[in-house]
Amino acid sequence: MSIDTDTAARVAKLARIKVEDDALPALADEFNTILGFIEQLNEVDVEGIEPMVSVTPMRLKRRVDEVTDGDQQDKVLSNAPDAREGFFAVPKVVE
Amino acid sequence: MMTDLNALTISEARDKLRAGEIAAAELTQACLDAIEGAGALNAFVHNTPDLAREQARAADARLAKGDAPAMCGIPLGIKDLFCTRGVPSQAASGILDGFIPEYESTVSQNLFDAGAVMLGKLNMDEFAMGSSNETSVYGSVVNPWRRGNDDAALTPGGSSGGSASAVAADLCLAATGTDTGGSIRQPAAFTGITGIKPTYGRCSRWGIVAFASSLDQAGPMTKTVRDSAIMLEAMCGHDPKDSTSADLAVPDFEAALTGDIRGKRIGIPAEYRMDGMPAEIEALWQDGIAMMKDAGAEIVDISLPHTKYALPAYYVIAPAEASSNLARYDGVRYGHRAKLAQGDGITEMYEKTRAEGFGPEVQRRVMIGTYVLSAGFYDAYYNRARKVRALIKRDFEEVFAAGIDAILTPATPSAAFGLGEMADADPVQMYLNDVFTVTVNLAGLPGIAVPAGLDRQGLPLGLQLIGRPWEEGDLLNCAYALERSAGFVEKPVKWW
Repeated sequence: MSIDTDTAARVAKLARIKVEDDALPALADEFNTILGFIEQLNEVDVEGIEPMVSVTPMRLKRRVDEVTDGDQQDKVLSNAPDAREGFFAVPKVVE
Repeated sequence: MMTDLNALTISEARDKLRAGEIAAAELTQACLDAIEGAGALNAFVHNTPDLAREQARAADARLAKGDAPAMCGIPLGIKDLFCTRGVPSQAASGILDGFIPEYESTVSQNLFDAGAVMLGKLNMDEFAMGSSNETSVYGSVVNPWRRGNDDAALTPGGSSGGSASAVAADLCLAATGTDTGGSIRQPAAFTGITGIKPTYGRCSRWGIVAFASSLDQAGPMTKTVRDSAIMLEAMCGHDPKDSTSADLAVPDFEAALTGDIRGKRIGIPAEYRMDGMPAEIEALWQDGIAMMKDAGAEIVDISLPHTKYALPAYYVIAPAEASSNLARYDGVRYGHRAKLAQGDGITEMYEKTRAEGFGPEVQRRVMIGTYVLSAGFYDAYYNRARKVRALIKRDFEEVFAAGIDAILTPATPSAAFGLGEMADADPVQMYLNDVFTVTVNLAGLPGIAVPAGLDRQGLPLGLQLIGRPWEEGDLLNCAYALERSAGFVEKPVKWW
């Protein structure tokens, strides 16, 4: 499996990271180095093995479905790059 | 003349504080002065002297009342990955520039409840992704150790490089670290200190900036094994805010340190003898084996057949989880947002913000993770890696079921290397630093690095012990026996 610049551009788009066109060949090269390393996994016989979902066998705790806190709008917004009138503000998303 | 206060261990300081021989306030001041003079190491990146003095005063009041847990009045550095209320917490990333949490991580809160003092935040690799502390937005950390008289700056390792450097240079008595693939143990080995990654689920991950949630664990980085036992006990415990935190009683880890390992079965895995491993690492390992044997342990050759596949599995699973965890950095809720051009919409805002805010290694891992999770590749990469992970865990389960108590390996494949030395290497070369440590994260086991000797150039080398799940007490005791036999007391010569 070899990654070309088109694939690198598609991955960057999916990851929502802007990569300039002239940086794509180097990025594709790095992907190929890392994926080449990962390819070793194909040597392993994984027939009948279940993919791990939890490293320690434990049942995740459930809690009662009830409100435990809230009313912290100012704290929630305190680190926002742009907050107005109690909301996060973003560029227009609907025409 | 007595030892400088900042050079004390936790256990020494605890005893002196309780006996009234020293005050927490003067102990904290000694560390603040040491930090002041150690800018060249670039270990502390956000200093909190006022908070530290206030906490030290409160600790002195507690000590005066006789209500003093072991960590009371102990000055610590906290890795920048931990969210600390009212104090910048950036995970050494530009994307969290200016982020000041409104809440406290459970681990740091546990330490503060036990009376510990925070001196400031410690440098690290960006989002804990790195093995040399060169990916930090704050710049590289410098190792206090040097190769003899050569003044070339060396890496303290990573990702907890600031923690390692600060403890080794006596800027604090101990520090918190986190370990996703070796980020406590590798820097501990590179700087001649002790660091333990506990069993997955032992420490709450709540409030620790997430990298790869199924692998991340916090742990202490300290000057001695005893200090690791004391500090780990204060850090861990069940936390309802982390659903993967184990609801188990926290044992008295310090009480487990008897130094008696007679009859313990110590496994030596054949697969950890890597091609091209430096002779000095092999010699150190043989020394460690001899020490355990002399202490009365039984040495058993074992096999962990899937070891070779741990790093490639890790470099699927960790980036996959990172790409998901780091999706939250969108320029909306916290941290950096890019300046937008006329006509830019929300997609441009995401793309420019993340391109500006994430460094190259983080971008690379997020994109690799995106790729291995993308339609058509999920089974071939991600599911296959999770199956291999299950096999790696099974390897350990089989040797433990056969009666092995702990496994002894080298901690790292080399001593600390020079900052910038790996600049031209491909990313995989850097990843090889974690070859001996990453299996432990994949299997969720506890692992500890203990300094065991110096190489020909005068740099510290560490050995790793791997324990059974939830048996940190027993593991710490094996490490304590190793520490006593190795008798490592060397300190870096102060040049900073």
